[in-house]
Amino acid sequence: MSSLLSSSIGKKLLMGLSGLFLILFLLIHLAINSLMLVPDGGETFNAAAHFMITNPIIKVTEPLLAIGFLVHIIYGFMLTIQNRKARGKDRYASGNKTAGVTWASQNMLILGITLLAFLIMHLAHYWVKIKITGDPLLDPVMVSLGGVETMVDNAYALVNTSFGYLWIVIVYAVAGIGLALHLSHGFWSAFQTVGFSNNIWRKRLTVIGQIYAWFVGLGFSLIAVLQYLFYQG
Amino acid sequence: MEKNINITLKVWRQKNAREKGRFETYQVKDVSTGSSFLEMMDILNEQLINEGNEPVAFDHDCREGICGMCSLYINGRPHGPDDGVTTCQLHMRKFKDGDTIWIEPWRSAGFPVIKDLIVDRTAFDKIIASGGYVSVNTGGVPDANAIPIPKPDADEAMDAASCIGCGACVAACKNGSAMLFVSAKVSQLALLPQGKVEAARRAKNMVAKMDELGFGNCTNTGACEVECPKGISVAHIARLNREFLKAKVQD
Repeated sequence: MSSLLSSSIGKKLLMGLSGLFLILFLLIHLAINSLMLVPDGGETFNAAAHFMITNPIIKVTEPLLAIGFLVHIIYGFMLTIQNRKARGKDRYASGNKTAGVTWASQNMLILGITLLAFLIMHLAHYWVKIKITGDPLLDPVMVSLGGVETMVDNAYALVNTSFGYLWIVIVYAVAGIGLALHLSHGFWSAFQTVGFSNNIWRKRLTVIGQIYAWFVGLGFSLIAVLQYLFYQG
Repeated sequence: MEKNINITLKVWRQKNAREKGRFETYQVKDVSTGSSFLEMMDILNEQLINEGNEPVAFDHDCREGICGMCSLYINGRPHGPDDGVTTCQLHMRKFKDGDTIWIEPWRSAGFPVIKDLIVDRTAFDKIIASGGYVSVNTGGVPDANAIPIPKPDADEAMDAASCIGCGACVAACKNGSAMLFVSAKVSQLALLPQGKVEAARRAKNMVAKMDELGFGNCTNTGACEVECPKGISVAHIARLNREFLKAKVQD
């Protein structure tokens, strides 16, 4: 096992598997976020957020998710450092005129660092406040959970208030596009790395990957923008 | 239409592996557009020798695109501006009168420059020596129908076998990765019954050697496939990943 993880393909396997795990997570995240667009003053969203915080399955998967992110980030840096070394110090004076290579595929680290910066801000905005420090905006509200009135944190108020600031909305919208670009290469690349690709599946995976990437990326952006435009006050 | 063109060359000159290199500018006049790129290099060297200067060292052998000896990074692309050909198959009709042509060696830590435009590609030989062969005794030549092989498998193995090991994939790769080369060499045998016997050992040893020699990790940009003069597909890289992971899981 140790010899697998010290090999180039083994390290990339970790990169691919953690990437696929995060791809799944993003879908769930987007599904919950979309509930913010239900025009009921955030009741549905708060119920869903409460479910996500208290559900035992989520309690187990939350540390797993953290590990998934850490593995993906650490190995991303590690592999890139090795790759720069393998490339060598000398650059081509006549540049690189290879056609048909996507910009995203050549800038996964830069896109990744951008997303990491966003992730830190994103966690500080919500996760830290909900899980650790608390916030006056989170003051509990009553929602009906399957007919039972329950006191839950008002997560909607926290999110809704922050999306009242234009700069935050812009940061979220841009991060959504960055995410889409990262995924536009990452999706098919993850399948290729774990060995699930051939000449037929490559085309399918690229198409599915593009659809998934822009649906998820622009989805997050759109929710932030709609919150700013139509859900304030 | 054949005609003659005048060109300016910016050529990488480097005395040996240790000394620092630099670009030298040369003018070559009246080059026929019907001549090949390497013939143009011969004309340049003739000119340099007549002037009493040292000719430019570059790799070449068969000059018909099958030996994998020629290299050269020309105007931003390995094997130059034409698609699906090696440098020796590149013609001067791809250039215009008055053009400036940049000629550089492959650049990768795995391929150090020996002299001028020649790089040391013995790393590829070492990878082949680590497992890119069949060592089981297959006996005499069997009847063609003794071991039936599906046509798609035979075709794909043949496509992989068309890799000439020139190193354009490594030269084009932003990660200096040799995955396209190794995957072609693993695929051409893994697809056939005679090669399957040693498939696990081959995949493990060749990948280990590739890592040891300092080649980078594939990030699936696909630049290698675009620049490969033989059109080797990155689908072979997915197969190499499968073969390697399967072999490791079996351990």
